[in-house]
Order: sequence, then structure tokens, then C-alpha cells
Amino acid sequence: MNNNAQPPVCCDTPGRSLSERIGRDLPRRYRAEKRFRRLGLTAIVVALSFLVFLFGSIIGSGYSAFRQTYVELAVTFDESAFTSENLAAADFPGLVKQSLRTMFPEVEGRAALKNLYRIVSPSAAYTLQDMVAENPKLIGTTQRIWVLADDDVDMLIKGQISGAGEEANRRLKDDQLAWITTLRDQGRIETRFNTTFFTAGDSREPEQAGIRGAVMGSFYSLLITLLLSFPIGVMAAIYLEEFAPDNILTNVIEVNINNLAAVPSIIFGLLGLAIFINFFGMPRSTPVVGGLVLTLMTLPVIIIASRAALKSVPPSIREAALGIGASKMQTVIHHVLPLALPGMLTGTIIGMARALGDTAPLLMIGMIAFIVDIPSGFTDPATALPVQIFLWADSPERAFTEKTSAAIMILLAFLIAMNATAVFLRKKFEIKW
Amino acid sequence: MMVPACHPIATTHFQTANRGISTMFMKLTSGPAGSTRQSTMEGTGFADSRQQEAGAVAQRQTVGESFVADPRMTARDVAVYYGDKCAIRSISIDVGCNEVLAMIGPSGCGKSTFLRCLNRMNDTVPGCRVTGEIRLDGEDIYAPSVDVVPLRARVGMVFQKPNPFPKSIFDNVAYGPKIHGLTRTKAELEEIVETSLSKAGLWEEVKDRLQEPGTGLSGGQQQRLCIARAIAVSPEVILMDEPCSALDPIATARIEDLIAELRLQYSIVIVTHAMQQASRVSQRTAYFHLGDLIEVGPTERVFTNPRHRLTEDYITGRFG
Ligand SMILES: Nc1ncnc2c1ncn2[C@@H]1O[C@H](COP(=O)(O)OP(=O)(O)O)[C@@H](O)[C@H]1O
Ligand SMILES: [Mg+2]
Repeated sequence: MNNNAQPPVCCDTPGRSLSERIGRDLPRRYRAEKRFRRLGLTAIVVALSFLVFLFGSIIGSGYSAFRQTYVELAVTFDESAFTSENLAAADFPGLVKQSLRTMFPEVEGRAALKNLYRIVSPSAAYTLQDMVAENPKLIGTTQRIWVLADDDVDMLIKGQISGAGEEANRRLKDDQLAWITTLRDQGRIETRFNTTFFTAGDSREPEQAGIRGAVMGSFYSLLITLLLSFPIGVMAAIYLEEFAPDNILTNVIEVNINNLAAVPSIIFGLLGLAIFINFFGMPRSTPVVGGLVLTLMTLPVIIIASRAALKSVPPSIREAALGIGASKMQTVIHHVLPLALPGMLTGTIIGMARALGDTAPLLMIGMIAFIVDIPSGFTDPATALPVQIFLWADSPERAFTEKTSAAIMILLAFLIAMNATAVFLRKKFEIKW
Repeated sequence: MMVPACHPIATTHFQTANRGISTMFMKLTSGPAGSTRQSTMEGTGFADSRQQEAGAVAQRQTVGESFVADPRMTARDVAVYYGDKCAIRSISIDVGCNEVLAMIGPSGCGKSTFLRCLNRMNDTVPGCRVTGEIRLDGEDIYAPSVDVVPLRARVGMVFQKPNPFPKSIFDNVAYGPKIHGLTRTKAELEEIVETSLSKAGLWEEVKDRLQEPGTGLSGGQQQRLCIARAIAVSPEVILMDEPCSALDPIATARIEDLIAELRLQYSIVIVTHAMQQASRVSQRTAYFHLGDLIEVGPTERVFTNPRHRLTEDYITGRFG
């Protein structure tokens, strides 16, 4: 503003007046810079605190799911219970009840006994069955066996529910609390690392529920997604970027790919339902369909990222290769692709991470079913990690709360691992100029 | 100037950036009256030269000796269009055997465009059209039956900015022979790499670090590496587009010495904006002006006794 007003001064003593003029402005410029920096810093602090809060609350409520309460029973494998040839037909629940009755002989009456039996998980019978199947010599002996406690007992031991308050409003009744205290005093209750959580599929009983089925479901789905979307996406990107003629058709395709990347994922779920399940008659709730749907969703992301990576390869490299007589294809494969690969891989992994976390399209194709068995292939019914989180979050049992958080932790761990891989691959394949 | 090979975006940008010059073209060719004004953009500020040029523009016929007795490449009536825009017009010139032909002229006059016709690099530019006839050893290189891949092996190219592949020095030189299947054994390949690097005057400097990346060399070394890469496939003609413009004077001097040596085996066409360089390295010089080939002749003669007004203006420094 001033320079128009006083040009003569500037010409008379150019050095002094110039530095004066700049000097006058300088504090204001520095203040602006400081202000800007502080704003930036505040933004980062706010974002970080959200993140810390999120992680804090998830880990805080989820870490306890990695331990599980066990109860020690003294089980007598009475020969009279194993009359039949078929060992599995024996009354194992009866054995569990029997041992509980022996431990607390004073308990009488149907209701009280029922309460007593509910201290241990229904899975205790299966534990016994497995032991006998493995070692039939146990029949006729008495063994001390650690079995899973019921989820309510587990919650009490972990301090997530309390024994206070009116009895009618509590899941655990007064007599049960007394038995638990007794067992505890005898050292017959302890918490251990929760292997079940990592080895079991879903279950209605929280103490038996595990993440394995969902992890495998996600694994199979993502495997299909990766195997389809990476090659198809990269090929499409290479063709569009390097070989396709520049005409209306390719422009239309380009615009549509960009649009597809922004389409809400549930639409892809509907599309998958219509095409793969209704039209092609593929089985519902299976990783193969889930993988196909996620492929549809991930493809545009990969194509866009790969094209950007190809675009960023300097034209001088293409000229160099073409200039000594490399064919178009050799130029692309030998020189352009290696330079674009880090960007392509990053885009792919980011797309895959999105696919791993996406729930909506899987709901549409029935991957939300309650499935106990761990899928062992692409066509077995399965759920996926985010769907499992949704299912558990929706369950009324108190013990599923911590399972939900634990499942979120697993999902986040996978996401972080995938993003770390993306960073690592980029660093590894990046070629310095 | 680096021309993006297959970059729709970059090319559009290019075209808009050059629209100014192209309209200028049209006016220049449409009539002498309009052209005098426009030509001030070229840097001449003198009223008299403008008037003189008006006369000169009217006759844009090439003067001098365009043709040689024993040509390696011949260009007849070559014109190049970028879209509708004519970049060079009716160029007829020969490239002799074992000679260095220098092409000089103000920037934007079409030197690179013409050079890139000689190995059909312009094929990679979308919207670029070449008319006329270019022959290499009597064979029309734009004939439909001609494959550009072997052609580009026979007519090698060195670019303005050194552009080694981001691979090892060895792989840079070995790439051409490998893709063209010139060698059968590893020993043969190693020999080609060594002779090429020696011819490019780089062997002594890099023989102990052939596995290091070519991009780690200095600018001058990189450019010599690019020359070694070009000669590794034993071309007949080497095209160089301002090969020294990104280099310091010492590196430039080395490349110039190298060009003098390479002339004994190859035909070389070099584009340069440094007139001293043209006079130092070349036997014949061609002067381009706004898409026209104005004058061709023995370098000595062109620099000491130019026949065309425009050539004289340029070499006496009245032109950019
Ligand atoms: N890829 C291209 N697309 C459109 N116009 C181009 C392209 N390359 C060069 N031109 C135009 O052609 C003319 C000649 O350019 P060029 O051959 O690069 O000149 P020089 O090498 O003599 O400086 C210029 O007007 C330039 O704008
Ligand atoms: Mg040029």
C-alpha cells in the first residue's frame, strides 16, 4: 500500500527505505505465521485427543476379554455312566452336575440346584467329553478339571458386575454369590489367558464365543478381493493410462470410475445380492460372494490409485526406453511399472483396509447370519470381523460388551498392520532418483 | 524441450501454452504485413530489422546446400502438425554419413520436432501428424511396413535432460542389447557394455562401480551414460536434442570431444542453442526459423558468410 504513495523516497535512499518498509511489516508477518502455527498445532492436538480417547475407551473396556474365569471341578467319571459303546452318548452334563452337587452337598431343591449348575458354563460337558474321547482310561477315575465359568461369574470375578443391590435385579443370586466366595476361598476359581476367544467361532454363550470364525471369514473374503481386484485394477489402470486412445469412451469410463469410488458401499451390497446371489445363484452368507462384492467396491479405489501412480512416473523414462527401441509394452513393464508399483501397492492396501472394515455390503448378502462353525473354505457360511462386532454389540449379555471391544481391537490391529505394510512396501520399492 | 510421451494432461497444457506462438505462425504465413509486428516477440526490437525481415519472410525457401552426395538419411518436404497447428513446414535436408549436422535456431522453431521425426518419436505424441518422406539408407521410415522398434535401434536418441533408467550403470547400457537380443552370452553382453562405455568415455570412471545406480552419477556422467546406452545397440544415426544444455562447461567440453570421436562411426544430428557449440562440433549447420528451414551449409560458411538475412540476424545475435 505504501509503495505507491512514496515512490520518490524509495528512489532517493533505496537501501534504507526498503529495509524500513519491510521492517515495518515484519512483526505483522511473524505474528501471522505464529498464529497459523498455533492453529495447526491445536488442530493436531484435538485430533490426537480424539484418537487417544477412542483407543483408550476401546482398550479400557476390551482388554479384560483376553482373560477368562475358570472353575475347578472334581469330576468322577463313574463307570455306570459309560454303559453304551458310544462314549459321546454318555451323560456328560450329568457328570458336571454330579460333581457340583458333591462340592456343595447342602444344596437342595430344584431352584437352588439350577442356580448351582449355572455357575459353570454349559461348555464344561464338552470339555469332559473331549477329555474322555482322547483318553478313555479316565473312566472310573476322579479328576480335578478346570472348566469355563459361566459368563455371569466371569463378569463378577472381573468386577464388571457387582453383588450389591437388590437380589431380584441381579443376574447372580445370593446363594450363587456365597458359593463363588467359597470356591474362591478354596482356590478353585482363577482367571487365565482366554485362548477360546482366539480359537472358537461365534456362540450364544459369551464365554464360548470367539473371533476365529469372523477372522477366517474376513480372511477368505479379502483373499478373493485381493486376488481379483489387484490384477484387474492394475491392468485396467495400465490400459487406461498407457494404451487407451484418448476419446469420448475412455473419458466416460474415467468419469464413471471416479464416481464409483464415491458410491456408498451398501449399494455394492445390493448389486452383489442382485447379481451374484439372485442371478448367478451363488450361496448366501459365503466369503466367495463377500469377496466379490468387496472387489466391486475396491476396484475403483485401486484403479484410481494405480493411475495416479502411473501418471507420476516421469515422461523422460518412457522416452528413454522408447528411444532405444523398447516396445510400448516393454517400456511399461520394464520401466514404468516398477516405478509405479509402490503407489499401486499403497492404493491396494488402503483399498483392502477399507474392504476389511466395511460392513454394509456384507449385510446385504447375508454375511450377518449367526454362524458357529469356523469356515474352512470360500463357500462355507461365514461372517466377517466388522459384522461380528456389530452382532456382539447387539447382544444383550453383559459379557459381550468386552468381547465387542476386544473384536474392535483385533480389527484395528489388522488395519494398523496393513497400513504399516503399505508404508513398508512403499519404502522398500521406492526407487531413488 | 521435453515432450511428454503419452500424457493427455501434460499435452493439453502444452497446447494451451503454445497457442500464442501458433497464432503467431498463422499470421506470419498469411502475409508479410501482419508478420512484421508479431516478430518483435522474437526479441528484435529494432524498427529497421523489422522492415528487412518483412522482405525476408516473403521468401522462406531454404538457401544453401541441403543435400549431400552420399546421404544416410534424407528428408523431403517434411511437415509436422500438432493437431491443426503446423509446427514445421516443408523441410528438405540430407544427413550425410559420418558427419555431424547441427540444427540451430530460436527456441520453438521446430528443431526438436524435426529431430524427433527422424526416429519417429513423434508417434508417441497424441495428435501429432507427419507428412512428407524420410528415408534411412533409402528406405522410407514412415512406410506402413516399417516397424518403429528396430528403427529406433538404428536411429538412437539422446535427450536434453540426462534420463538414465533408475537401474545400475550396467543395466542401463545392457538394456538395449538385451531387448533387441543382440547378444547370446553374458560375456558378449559384458563386452558390449564395456566397449559402449569406453566409446562414451565413461569406462574409466565407472568400471569399478557398474552395479551402482546410474542415477547416482553426476549430470555430465549421466549424459555420457545415456550416450553409451544409445550406442550399445550400434545405431547408424544418433540424434541429440540439446545434450549439453543441462551441463556445466567442463562436462559440455567432454561431450563435445566425444561427439567428434563418435562421428567417425556414426552420423550425428545435434540440436543446440549454443552457436559456438554448433561451430565447434559440426560439419554442416542448418538454421531453422519458426517452422521453416532457412539455410543449410557447411558450418564454416554458415557462420562466416550466411546467405539468408534471418540466419545472419540470428548468428550476429539479433535473435533469441
Ligand atoms: N507435444 C506438442 N504438442 C503441441 N505442440 C508442440 C508439441 N511439441 C512442440 N510443439 C510446438 O511445436 C513448435 C516447435 O517446437 P519444438 O520442436 O520443441 O521447438 P525447438 O526444439 O526448436 O525449441 C513449438 O511451437 C511448440 O510449441
Ligand atoms: Mg527443443
